[in-house]
Amino acid sequence: MTDTLDFTIAGARNALRAKTISARELTEAHLAAIEALEPSLNAFITVTPETALAAADAADGALARGEGGPLAGIPLAIKDLFCTNGIRTTAGSRILEPFVPPYESTVTRQLLRDGAVFLGKANLDEFAMGSSTTTSAFGPTINPWQRQGSNTQLVPGGSSGGSAAAVASGMALGSTGTDTGGSIRQPASFCGIVGMKPTYGRCSRFGVVAFASSLDQPGPFARTVEDAAILLGSMAGHDPRDSTSMDWPVPDYAAACRRGVKGLRIGVPREYHADGMPAEIERLWQQGLDWLRDAGAEIVDVSLPHTKYGLATYYIVAPAECSSNLARYDGVRFGLRVPAQDLTDLYEETRAAGFGAEVRRRILIGTYVLSAGYYDAYYLKAQKVRALILKDFTDVFGQVDALLTPTAPSAAFGVGENMDDPVKMYLNDVFTVPASIAGVPGISVPAGLDGDGLPLGLQVIGKHFDEETVFAVGQALESAAGFSAKPQIRVGSLR
Amino acid sequence: MSYIIEGATGPWELVIGLEVHAQIISRAKLFSGASAEYGAPPNSQVSFVDAGFPGMLPVINAECVAQAVRTGLGLNAQINLVSRFDRKNYFYADLPQGYQISQFAHPIVGKGEIEILLESGETRQIGVTRLHLEQDAGKSLHDQDPALSFIDLNRAGVALMEIVSEPDMRTPEEAGAYLRKLRTIMRYLGTCDGNMEEGSMRADVNVSVRKADEEFRTRCEIKNVNSVRFVMQAIEAEARRQVAVWESGEAVQQETRLYDPARSETRSMRSKEDAHDYRYFPDPDLLPLVIEQAWVDGLASGLPELPDAKKARFMSRYGLPAYDAGVLIMEQATADFYEVLAEGRDGKIAANWMLGDFFAGLNRLGRGIGDSPVSAAALGGLLDLLADATINGRIAKDVLEAMMETGEPAAAIVESRGLRQVTDTGAIDAAVEKVLAANPDKLAEYKSGKQKLFGFFVGQVMKAMAGKGNPALVNDALKRRL
Repeated sequence: MTDTLDFTIAGARNALRAKTISARELTEAHLAAIEALEPSLNAFITVTPETALAAADAADGALARGEGGPLAGIPLAIKDLFCTNGIRTTAGSRILEPFVPPYESTVTRQLLRDGAVFLGKANLDEFAMGSSTTTSAFGPTINPWQRQGSNTQLVPGGSSGGSAAAVASGMALGSTGTDTGGSIRQPASFCGIVGMKPTYGRCSRFGVVAFASSLDQPGPFARTVEDAAILLGSMAGHDPRDSTSMDWPVPDYAAACRRGVKGLRIGVPREYHADGMPAEIERLWQQGLDWLRDAGAEIVDVSLPHTKYGLATYYIVAPAECSSNLARYDGVRFGLRVPAQDLTDLYEETRAAGFGAEVRRRILIGTYVLSAGYYDAYYLKAQKVRALILKDFTDVFGQVDALLTPTAPSAAFGVGENMDDPVKMYLNDVFTVPASIAGVPGISVPAGLDGDGLPLGLQVIGKHFDEETVFAVGQALESAAGFSAKPQIRVGSLR
Repeated sequence: MSYIIEGATGPWELVIGLEVHAQIISRAKLFSGASAEYGAPPNSQVSFVDAGFPGMLPVINAECVAQAVRTGLGLNAQINLVSRFDRKNYFYADLPQGYQISQFAHPIVGKGEIEILLESGETRQIGVTRLHLEQDAGKSLHDQDPALSFIDLNRAGVALMEIVSEPDMRTPEEAGAYLRKLRTIMRYLGTCDGNMEEGSMRADVNVSVRKADEEFRTRCEIKNVNSVRFVMQAIEAEARRQVAVWESGEAVQQETRLYDPARSETRSMRSKEDAHDYRYFPDPDLLPLVIEQAWVDGLASGLPELPDAKKARFMSRYGLPAYDAGVLIMEQATADFYEVLAEGRDGKIAANWMLGDFFAGLNRLGRGIGDSPVSAAALGGLLDLLADATINGRIAKDVLEAMMETGEPAAAIVESRGLRQVTDTGAIDAAVEKVLAANPDKLAEYKSGKQKLFGFFVGQVMKAMAGKGNPALVNDALKRRL
């Protein structure tokens, strides 16, 4: 069983085509893993065994006929922010607890088109607002990793913590996430797996519950860089139903992984040497640069001078957009409704009961920064800084092909830590937010362990629509790092 | 022209600006594929985008953009090749997304102007500040249930043009003329049907009053007035209210008001203090709207002849006075009717008949030009009988009345009723003799110098001939005899 669940997507594809395993067997093994691990991890909000098995049987049928898409029979977890036709989609919020969408998001539709098997809907911070998956209305997801000699429950990062924990623990071969300021890359780092945020506009946002529309971007989690590349190949592409998705060809990302880094110029942004960053993260970063140099890349010191304004800018732009995006949850047409005497009461009662504290905080911040008299000082100023941050990246990409940075300023922290201080929680995203603001692609690749035995990721950031170089560099890091550590809570660990 | 309210402290001038919401004629809504047709059963034309479902995204409908550009061209306005959509945030049950997508900072159409025609025959240019695209909200129905409000989202997301005028109007008549002319232009263009009763065209009216040569004073906005007549009445009522406020020593407060036609007064709806803070910001779901000059040029070359051009052509080609031409071009159907009628005939006579007896007849029947029982060709047939002196003018009026009632052609009515004009001078002379013999006293008066009685004799002779006498010949015969 452990062997089955140690498959990569690439490996499982070969085994399925060689008929050494059936899609049904693969899916049943993952459903069994979910049953075994869910009580410990809470990575899923909804598990869908029946539809998963039906999809697996369909994949087996297609494979038997010599057909079947590139993901035929591959079991995946879907972040519960992607609307799935006929399957409850909650966004981790009480306000959408009863919501069953009558439509399919474009990204999940494309995965289904390619034969993927959906195991269920993965837990997340409420409306993707958080860095710990502790703000979910359906309880926190627990990181499968533990500190050596400790059984303290750690967070998986967030907001896509359920998706990351599911893949890290062996409950799914891959998963979807969304990244607004680091929500794919940071949990990938915390859970010791690969997480890729593509260029803004690469994957359609149609059918993805919106948090901050100008920043949200779907992307994959997987246990290898190549697997992430395979998944992105299915997820990406122009969608006429999303005006911000780009009509740009989708290259063969898996092939790009094998390109190597010889001759590439890799930038080291000096502003990412953050105060108070643990020495072991600094060391790992240096190690990563050495690996790339050894693989034939040239390392170049560069500057992204406006980096220090990244978080402040993000925490104006994202709440502003969320305050508007979440206005539709009003109890009138779908989701939670708290009965009331008049319309104002209906809004107030429904939204007070439906939204958690972090969502309310961000709606309030966003409403404030857009208000008459404050708009210029906050929102407009933030837009100007955003343009400067974008220019930083454009300038730097005139000199280098990609950037290497740490993914997060720490390893996974304990459930309940950082909860009293939202600003401290927001600092988790300090290295991931700038790429989100600029809309450029980034990947987190597990590169080593900290002193407590917890995984740490390195982040590769690339040019707009140049995911191929990002995958190539990510693959070089993965090959050099030879990361093989396993989380404590995983399939087999409980037997 | 000047319209003045005489107050206790002297004369007051009105300052009026209009914001018109015009529903765009298009098959689909502004940002979704749902049908934009009016009158369907409630909530039968609603997409998930319109209903603001999670994860739904707006996609701009190119035809709606084209309609806005056409309208802008019809207003001789600047077309902005780059415009942008903003979100106007507010909560209401019939606004599913919790915001309206509109163009706040960068509208698609900039400054333009509209020429209006006044009763006096005078024309004036009224400035248009801007035209922008936005989506309509749904409808709240508060009268279907004692305790609940019902929501119909068919209208939610339908494309609107908001057309904002400069505060250039000074009288209720000018405001009425502006609305009618704007409606005419949009109907010519096929961009809005201008039906105020169905709500496809709605007006918000900004009114202030001032003494001569003053700066503008505080204005009030009267929301959602739904007919041209009510707009004019509302302006008058609101201006009188404001004069009374100023003259009582108080100051007019900037606020939004509603017009109550039953009482002919405006009422406060909300004051500036509880005005919404709409928190406008650029809609991150939509890229800036960029259009090409060549595309605009293509739309321009496909435009129909516009009202002002048609008016100028009617004046030069048919020799019409400006006012008549202005009335004839108000509705495309009227103008088309006129052109068929005037073809190969005297344009002025054609205009006089159309604007006079023909329209009066339609009014009596309660019909419009579209369902007139008398076609342009049929009316032309009547004018031809008049022109070749088969009938005289008085008989022609009776024939037209009969045509309106029966729908029969003029010639048939003239024949069947024996209405041909009598040009036989023998018959006319006989009638003259008969009338003179019957009125010896009048004849004596006439002879003694009461020349005014000539008309009396003409009338009596025509009467004796059942109206069929050729008026010129009757005149001649009477003159000879008297």
